[in-house]
Amino acid sequence: MSLLRGTALSLAFDDQPILEAVDIELKMGEMLGLIGPNGAGKSSLLRCLAGSTRADSGVLQLGEQRFEVIPRNERARRIAYLPQQTEVHWPLSVKRIIELGRIPHLEPWSNLSERDQQVIERIITDADLQPFRHRPFNTLSGGERARVLLARALASEPEILLADEPVAALDPAHQLDVMAMLAEHCSQGNAVIVVLHDLRLAAHFCRRLQLLHQGCTLAVGKPGEVLTPDNLENAYQIHLPDTQSAIDTLLNITWKRIPK
Amino acid sequence: MMGEIRQSRLLGVLFAIAGSLFLFSLLFGSQTIPVFQALQETFDDTSSVLALILTEVRLPRALIALFAGATLGLCGAAMQSMLRNPLASPGLIGSASGAALGAVIALYFGSAALSQFSLPLGGILGSLGATLLVYLLAGRNAGTLTLILAGVAINSLSLALISLLLNLAPSPYAVQEIVLWMMGSLSNSSMDNFWIMLPGTLLGWMLLLRVGRALDALTLGEETAQSMGVDLPRLRRRIFLAVALAVGSAVSVTGAIGFIGLVVPHMLRPFVGYQPGKLLAVSALGGAILLLAADILVRLLPAQTEIKVGVVTALVGAPFFLFLIIKSRRYSQ
Repeated sequence: MSLLRGTALSLAFDDQPILEAVDIELKMGEMLGLIGPNGAGKSSLLRCLAGSTRADSGVLQLGEQRFEVIPRNERARRIAYLPQQTEVHWPLSVKRIIELGRIPHLEPWSNLSERDQQVIERIITDADLQPFRHRPFNTLSGGERARVLLARALASEPEILLADEPVAALDPAHQLDVMAMLAEHCSQGNAVIVVLHDLRLAAHFCRRLQLLHQGCTLAVGKPGEVLTPDNLENAYQIHLPDTQSAIDTLLNITWKRIPK
Repeated sequence: MMGEIRQSRLLGVLFAIAGSLFLFSLLFGSQTIPVFQALQETFDDTSSVLALILTEVRLPRALIALFAGATLGLCGAAMQSMLRNPLASPGLIGSASGAALGAVIALYFGSAALSQFSLPLGGILGSLGATLLVYLLAGRNAGTLTLILAGVAINSLSLALISLLLNLAPSPYAVQEIVLWMMGSLSNSSMDNFWIMLPGTLLGWMLLLRVGRALDALTLGEETAQSMGVDLPRLRRRIFLAVALAVGSAVSVTGAIGFIGLVVPHMLRPFVGYQPGKLLAVSALGGAILLLAADILVRLLPAQTEIKVGVVTALVGAPFFLFLIIKSRRYSQ
């Protein structure tokens, strides 16, 4: 069953095409990796799917319904969006930031319910943030910040999570931690679209990849079908002496996080 | 650093302080009045001097200090949270300078002498006009910086027009009247002033009742807030209108009273764990406390000419703000 489906999404900025008739589909339980060079339109596509940018043309469907007819609040409960760079403007504590994730579920005047608190506690534990729960956000390291922001997005218990480069600027171990959190979310019957630059992580964690190039879909399918020498050369303008064997290594790499 | 305090307890404490200062404000002045006797005479409906001082002089003054102070604190907190800029003040989007311009026009053309309503009405109209201009100038989907710049532009235009009117003023008396009004004072408050101020103030407050959660979401930036269900253009319109109405009404009656809207949210933010939504009510009470206290101070100071309350808030506010900056410098990354 498809949770989210975009058909022929197009977007232009000052006559400069950014997306040209892109189709995208997200099925229940899957993690779709959105890859492609800088400026390919990955972030713009994600913003369209999150509803923060409106596509100039094309159809967006959430489940069986047209995206636009679904009330804002319900959309916010079903889709969580983690932008590339999230600033946190006041030195809120870690717990307070994760509480913000429950906003779409709250009635105008109500406080956090028992159930809201349970969700927040579970997520703090899952994200391994227990020791930091009262620390102000601005005193955290990059890896801790990334985990807090992801935890905030997951706190709304979204059926769809759209994450824009959630592992940028993280060391390998923290990258694996974050990807494991995304995979865990998918395994609970939800789905994730994740923008990645690290092709190893993309090949390892995503069952399906969609490769964007100059606002168009160049390839979509299993990692082995998408990461071909031709596609990599066309999209990334990189050439390896023996691309196929490099790709084979990429597909078969198995890094594992040492359990803490 | 100071830690977060339970919201109910914090509101209770602030409420008690504001209440005591309000009573204090009724009691103290150039003439100390026996309150119980005054109250009794008021209810006996004998138009005695004591009753008159209490109901016609002290009461409106305390009420206006309470409501204007609360408006400045509340709107300052809303503006800082909406723009996510700690330097934002209620006057940033043109409401205060627009109100001043409207009121000065009323003073200049002498219509203020004709009807006591013309000055505050001019102020409210000026506030609404200037705020609308900032809103239109910035455009529907303006970024924070564009909004701030549009505000700065309209503020300087208003101030330039006020200077022009001062420049062209027919007599030194008119100049003096305008300048003294602009310093901000509560000393000539009447109940009529309070009734004029009340509708716009309450309407503005009501508009801000439900913005807390959206302001919380905005902590994570505009894109994230929108994905969390915040209708950003609508939120912005609502806050603009609320600030124009409430600050416009307050400034029209009291004149320009600076620094309260800027300083109060800063002082109280640590106590609410930096949460913008919870800051609103707390900041309103803080603003009321500060203005009531400043107004009591003005009355107790032994001076030949009464010091204007706007001068006191600026004099106390500016150094305090410097202190905050130096303190926060140590904690920033």
